[in-house]
Amino acid sequence: MTATTINAQSNLSPDQLRAAFYELEEHHHPEGGSTMLGFWIYLMSDCLIFAMLFAAYGVLGGNLAAGPGPKDLFDLKLIALNTAMLLFSSITYGFAMLAMEKNDRARTQLWLLVTAAFGAAFLFIELYEFSHLIHEGATPMRSGFLTAFFSLVGTHGLHVTFGLIWLFTLVIQISKKGLIPANKRRLMCLSLFWHFLDVIWIGVFTFVYLMGML
Amino acid sequence: MAIEAVDHSHWSPLLGRLWLDAIPQDPIVLATFVAVALGGVALVAALTYFKLWGYLWKEWFTSVDHKKIGIMYMILGLIMLLRGFADAVMMRIQQAMAFNGSEGYLNAHHFDQIFTAHGVIMIFFVAMPFVTGLMNYVVPLQIGARDVSFPFLNNFSFWMTTAGAVLVMMSLFIGEFAQTGWLAYPPLSNLAYSPWVGVDYYIWALQIAGVGTLLSGVNLICTIVKMRAPGMTLMRMPVFTWTSLCTNILIVAAFPVLTAVMTMLTMDRYLGFNFFSNDFGGSPMMYVNLIWIWGHPEVYILILPLFGVFSEVTSTFSGKRLFGYSSMVYATLVITILSYLVWLHHFFTMGSGASVNSFFGITTMVISIPTGAKLFNWLFTMYRGRIRYELPMMWTVAFMLTFTVGGMTGVLLAVPPADFVLHNSLFLIAHFHNVIIGGVLFGLFAAINFWWPKAFGFKLNQFWGKVSFWLWVPGFWFAFMPLYILGLMGVTRRMRVFDDPSLQIWFLIAGFGAAMIAGGIGAMLIQFAVSIWKRDELRDETGDPWNGRTLEWSTSSPPPEYNFAFTPIIQDLDAYDDMKRCGVTRPVQGFLPIHMPKGTGTGIILAGLSTVLGFAMIWYIWWLAAVAFLGIIGYAIFHTFNYDRDYYIPAETVAETEAARTRQLEAAGA
Repeated sequence: MTATTINAQSNLSPDQLRAAFYELEEHHHPEGGSTMLGFWIYLMSDCLIFAMLFAAYGVLGGNLAAGPGPKDLFDLKLIALNTAMLLFSSITYGFAMLAMEKNDRARTQLWLLVTAAFGAAFLFIELYEFSHLIHEGATPMRSGFLTAFFSLVGTHGLHVTFGLIWLFTLVIQISKKGLIPANKRRLMCLSLFWHFLDVIWIGVFTFVYLMGML
Repeated sequence: MAIEAVDHSHWSPLLGRLWLDAIPQDPIVLATFVAVALGGVALVAALTYFKLWGYLWKEWFTSVDHKKIGIMYMILGLIMLLRGFADAVMMRIQQAMAFNGSEGYLNAHHFDQIFTAHGVIMIFFVAMPFVTGLMNYVVPLQIGARDVSFPFLNNFSFWMTTAGAVLVMMSLFIGEFAQTGWLAYPPLSNLAYSPWVGVDYYIWALQIAGVGTLLSGVNLICTIVKMRAPGMTLMRMPVFTWTSLCTNILIVAAFPVLTAVMTMLTMDRYLGFNFFSNDFGGSPMMYVNLIWIWGHPEVYILILPLFGVFSEVTSTFSGKRLFGYSSMVYATLVITILSYLVWLHHFFTMGSGASVNSFFGITTMVISIPTGAKLFNWLFTMYRGRIRYELPMMWTVAFMLTFTVGGMTGVLLAVPPADFVLHNSLFLIAHFHNVIIGGVLFGLFAAINFWWPKAFGFKLNQFWGKVSFWLWVPGFWFAFMPLYILGLMGVTRRMRVFDDPSLQIWFLIAGFGAAMIAGGIGAMLIQFAVSIWKRDELRDETGDPWNGRTLEWSTSSPPPEYNFAFTPIIQDLDAYDDMKRCGVTRPVQGFLPIHMPKGTGTGIILAGLSTVLGFAMIWYIWWLAAVAFLGIIGYAIFHTFNYDRDYYIPAETVAETEAARTRQLEAAGA
């Protein structure tokens, strides 16, 4: 028991006791105080989904079923370009956040749109790669390796797609309401989401593409 | 039988593979369908006649009040318990009959669906809603909060869980359910061996309900971490809150695995991917690993909150502080971590080799140490306590006796060589029913009897509660001890007919036990009905009928919408007991406006659209699936444009409510 602990022996008046046991002056709780923690926990759960897909790739990645393997399929230059797109989009998102901190609405929106452009470029290159692979007969149905590859990379791509939808929604919401606290919170969440997708992509780039070419 | 005669291969753009042959021809199912349809029509008619739809929609369906959502979860669990138990009784009757050349009364197609549905329903739609509902109701009250961190998300989670339950119930009357067992191992669950809609119902029901479970996990973690009343340090949290925290951590760390593995199975079935195929480089064994990486933490998700319940009940009804509070907390944490290191014991026979099996055998046995510590803590809490044998305490003692036996058979199964003999046998069935019924269900009954007066303002009838208790507990032993014996004799699970007539007596005894349990469930329903009928005699005006120790007992029963007019400040463990010892009187003036979240229909609308999406995907109705999917995205975005989500309860309203409480307390004191 600490010195400040009140116990049955302390001779306090009813009013003093009430003041010790109840918050009589309500403190204002910041609105959305749990949002960042909650979103971060959600992201960690999402991270687990990717962990499962990485695990599946680890298990099935060598099962070529007499089909094409990584060295036959991957074009590292294209993937390097793709990676650059995504990394640039993260930098520009960072600029958007800096503009948000300065309450510069127009600049925030501008950088968000630049981010969206890089993100869309990433998706476009990914879709080009996929269509190229499918055209060559390397479909996800072809082998365990291709199933795991398309699922892992495709799930990441789907996340980027939803991130883009979210981003455009936010651009509109900032136009309508400005950089109010609720919108700032949403921008922070999308920021976490966007950088998280970057981290996942670094994993994909390393374990799938680079190690696949070894 | 009939199933092979029906050709399910047709498909039309409008209805997908849904056609008249989707309506089961089985007379048992048809009769059930007629009964359910009539009951449903009667219910809808009654609600319309008494003009209750508006009330239900406004006060319950769209409510974001954690207490109402908790109660709705409990009702969902109760309804699904009846369905899951009906499946159990059907299996017991079939297995008691099918001897001496008799085929019993269920064909193989039907029997296989029943054991699958029984497992899926009991875990996902009985135990999970019960546990989630309980945590939803009790945790914010125990930590002195006014709601959860994300009240809207809470409502959405509930409706997503319900959407999954609706899909499972639909499968009874439209199409079929999976015939794969509750975990749907491939290759059996692949399209080649389960070509029709059963496994798809399974996948989409779990996938949609899983979203709800995950989000509710995130929500409760944030609530416990961020919204505790001032002074409630981690080591001053009530044990139930601690176990809830650990359970929700487990949910967040386990359910994404289920989502991922279900998605992989979906891709295999719908697009011909090769995750779990036998050829083209898939690995069915990967499925077994992944599903149990979710599945083992899942059983601890179910039991941990009930460990918390037993702790609260034991200490309250022994009139003592819990023995070994910190060891209880650490035991819970150790179980939380260890539950991730044991999944392979579910398939020792798969051939991972002696070293791997030894590792997982040892980790499994190690779990019994923290669990044993908990049992000793409860016993030492009772030691020299003034024990009151109210219903919650009776269920707790029944739990201690029953669960310990189940735990010990679990340790037997953890020995790999023994498991090679007992794997997939009725011994295993007896073991997990022993821990799930003896632990989770008995705990829930303790909790319902314990917190019912808090939720509704009156106690439950004791007589019918005792009838239920004395039917349930011996009924459980009659129903499952024979299965241990049969399992030791080598009888495997999921058998529809038997050759050896000497086994029949054990199945008859098990059937007798099931009949007793049926009586126990009936008595419980009567207990609820009688208690509601005679609620004025059972009324509790004090809000503290058991001489409780934690904060939920410091407010009125049922608590006002805002839970606490003034946020309590915590000075010690067992905060309310501390307040009573110090002679604190509640403030009766100086009320302030209280900030509360607004109700919203978005949760039920999104979950409704998700049900449509699931149904359309199950039946290959692609246009409808696309419409529903776009509807979900569109409506979710539309919802984010609503920034007006909260309001203030005026100080006068709070003052009126609290004045009524003062009068109530004075009347009770007089």
